Amino acid sequence: MGHITLKNVSKAFGETVVIPGLDLEINEGEFVVFVGPSGCGKSTLLRLIAGLEDISGGAINIAGQDMTNVGPAKRGLSMVFQSYALYPHMSVRKNIAFPLKMAGESQEVIDKKIADASRVLNLTDYLDRKPGQLSGGQRQRVAIGRAIVRSPQAFLFDEPLSNLDAALRVNMRLEISELHQQLKTTMIYVTHDQVEAMTMADKIVVLHAGRVEQVGSPLELYHKPQNRFVAGFIGSPAMNFFEGDLAKEYDCHAIGVRPEHLRLSTDEGKWEGTVGIAEHLGSDTFVHIDVPGQHSVLVRVPGDIAVKYGDKVFMTPDADTMHRFDGKGLHL
Amino acid sequence: MATTQTKTAARFMMSPAILLLLGWMIIPLSMTIWFSFQRYNLLMPGTEEWAGWLNYRYFLTDPAFFSAMANTLLLVGGVLFVTVVGGVLFGLLLDQAIYGQGIVRILVIAPFFVMPTVSALVWKNMFMNPVNGLFAWIAKLFGFAPFDFLAHAPLFSVTMIVAWSWLPFATLILLTALQSLDSEQKEAAEMDGAGPVSVFIYITLPHLARAITVVVLIETIFLLSVFAEILVTTNGGPGYDSTNLTYLVYSQALLTFDVGGASAGGIIAVILANIVAVFLVRIVGKNLES
Ligand SMILES: Nc1ncnc2c1ncn2[C@@H]1O[C@H](COP(=O)(O)OP(=O)(O)OP(=O)(O)O)[C@@H](O)[C@H]1O
Ligand SMILES: [Mg+2]
Repeated sequence: MGHITLKNVSKAFGETVVIPGLDLEINEGEFVVFVGPSGCGKSTLLRLIAGLEDISGGAINIAGQDMTNVGPAKRGLSMVFQSYALYPHMSVRKNIAFPLKMAGESQEVIDKKIADASRVLNLTDYLDRKPGQLSGGQRQRVAIGRAIVRSPQAFLFDEPLSNLDAALRVNMRLEISELHQQLKTTMIYVTHDQVEAMTMADKIVVLHAGRVEQVGSPLELYHKPQNRFVAGFIGSPAMNFFEGDLAKEYDCHAIGVRPEHLRLSTDEGKWEGTVGIAEHLGSDTFVHIDVPGQHSVLVRVPGDIAVKYGDKVFMTPDADTMHRFDGKGLHL
Repeated sequence: MATTQTKTAARFMMSPAILLLLGWMIIPLSMTIWFSFQRYNLLMPGTEEWAGWLNYRYFLTDPAFFSAMANTLLLVGGVLFVTVVGGVLFGLLLDQAIYGQGIVRILVIAPFFVMPTVSALVWKNMFMNPVNGLFAWIAKLFGFAPFDFLAHAPLFSVTMIVAWSWLPFATLILLTALQSLDSEQKEAAEMDGAGPVSVFIYITLPHLARAITVVVLIETIFLLSVFAEILVTTNGGPGYDSTNLTYLVYSQALLTFDVGGASAGGIIAVILANIVAVFLVRIVGKNLES
């Protein structure tokens, strides 16, 4: 139940190979997030699992059954699309009822399931409205409602929050996590927002150019990135990389230090630089520092710090939290 | 935002066009109304006099009027049915990625550019002719007696000819509507367990509702005044079997030279067309709103 296995799955659109061959194991009840930069093949992978695209090679196994050549309707999965894909001419009630109607459920069952779903999702007052008369967040909930009434093996979400404003996104993030706790159904969630990935996931799959860079829990990825790509992608603000002489000293091609793991001081430290822009967020200050021969370095300082543009400052990396990478970008 | 000033300016700018259009419409209309109350026959010049409602009474009690009205409705309804159903089917077909798509699309659109008289002549002589026509040839191939379409099913034949030339229009409008259907909606329906037929009924057709209304509205306006196809093929006959209102007015005016009677018929046709238009605009308005 709800266990999904991908074996050497590949996908090419004509000549362009989007996914060169990928293995993945998704356990029952897990909240798995696919994260990666734009165009890396997250949506494609999700659509392969959903059955909306034919795979070019490999096998997909859902709940112990080979589903490689089974149509999307028969895979027992529900999907929430980025555009919500609500049916505009149907009321909210009919939208949610649609999958049940297609499955030939009796009116009684349909009414009951709609009542349940709309209670869980706070949609009871909107059941007779058309999707065009709802706000973005409400539409999102209708799309989720339509997905949950089928009691699927797993939910697939493709960037469901990217059309919402920042505050609502935080809210919906919580609601979806809450829903996962209640339903305990497997969820696969695609996003390019690594904050969403970190906060929601049981397991994050970092994708890059159709390849899996690393699979692990959020903290695993944060503390033990296997390569430079994952190190730079996970964590916000992004990790600083130092190359050249500074790295040679540590016997590697590049070292990576997260902004929160650099100590900043005005009188002494390992590396010297001049202050560029300082962003004061209240709780933290992000200080951009120019170090000769390096990219601009970002340091995160808790609270406030009295530095101004052009000041000379010193930084010291924390040896325990420093990451070393070889020439190929692999973690040492 | 439309301020009072821009509104006034807009009205001022538009007024010449509106006045021109108004005159364009009002002058012929009032002349027709004037003539419709006159006894005015071209065969008897100099006998023009005020006739009151006589022309109207004469036109409305003419048995030909009722068959013409029925024929008009049958013709419009029949063509609408064929073009909408055919247009949806062709639209669905052309929406697929098929080999030689560009050429096929041009071929489908081509009939729209054939003049009504030409297409009617082609149909009359090359397809429906009981001796030399293609249909007769096919019938003979299978051992049936050829069917004389224009003599035995005149209205049906005219309907087919007109439908043929309007099918491209419907197809074109419905095809663009189909192309604007969000593919994620179809995919969502597919994942919800809807087969191709259900997707068509529950997703595609409702999406097409507006486009279909537009097709119906525009076609009706033109189909109420179908004339050339009838003149070229059946001359309204046999009897009045394929005479519609437009053709009846024509035969009044130009075959019996009764200008007064024809004008009365014309005014009645205008009134009927307006009744249809009011109904249509109501339905369309409702459909286009949401
Ligand atoms: N139908 C298609 N034909 C050809 N190439 C495609 C097709 N669909 C996607 N691609 C290509 O596949 C790659 C991956 O696309 P995909 O939509 O999976 O990216 P993504 O990771 O979801 O990106 P985003 O975060 O921007 O949504 C892209 O380079 C895209 O150009
Ligand atoms: Mg995507």
